[in-house]
Amino acid sequence: MSKLYLKKTQLTEMFTHCRETFPNEACGILAGKDEQVDKIYPTKNVSPTPYTRYLIDPQEQFKIFKEIEKENLEMLAIYHSHTHTHAYPSKTDCELANYPDVFYLIISLVNPKEPVVKSYSIVDGKIKEEEVEIND
Amino acid sequence: MSVKVRIPAPLRKLTENKTEIEANGKTVQELIENLEKKFPGMKDRLCDETGKIRRFINIYVNEQDIRFLENENTKLKDGDEVSIIPAIAGGRKDSAFLK
Repeated sequence: MSKLYLKKTQLTEMFTHCRETFPNEACGILAGKDEQVDKIYPTKNVSPTPYTRYLIDPQEQFKIFKEIEKENLEMLAIYHSHTHTHAYPSKTDCELANYPDVFYLIISLVNPKEPVVKSYSIVDGKIKEEEVEIND
Repeated sequence: MSVKVRIPAPLRKLTENKTEIEANGKTVQELIENLEKKFPGMKDRLCDETGKIRRFINIYVNEQDIRFLENENTKLKDGDEVSIIPAIAGGRKDSAFLK
């Protein structure tokens, strides 16, 4: 993996989703091609404790995977918000990181007016910060 | 019963990077046993110590989540497509209660 390219409008869309979902954690999937995000899928957080955890609705996830495949795109990243902590993967984030070939984007709302986004790869529990480039 | 099984990225180390494989079984349970024979280590990734499908693994037969069918006892027929889809999840505190 190298870097992820995101449009400003897409970033804004994710920030809006995270703010609207606050104080619960927001989550979603980013799909695209050649590292450029093309489509954002904000998803429902069905965790029984959405204030501290996220779990993408499995049915919704399955449908999104089908759609991504149909449109000949790839899942490039998974995003979720940290409502009260910085944009760094938690122990649980690492334990449950089942997708070694996608970026994990974390959006911190510690300062809700100025959300921070960071990108990571998580492989076998090892965290590596990755580049994310915001373009127009 | 010969079915097509779609393998997710985290399990492809076990299948020599194959994304789709053919396997056999009259039920999902039998299919998992057959996968374990072909790709040792697979069962442990899919099932807990009691043999139940792990909470963060979702299995679909064609378009149906087996949790809404008969779980491990879901019957399979020739040509079915089985998808193994790990959940997308995380959280802030330790995950002890999730396991």
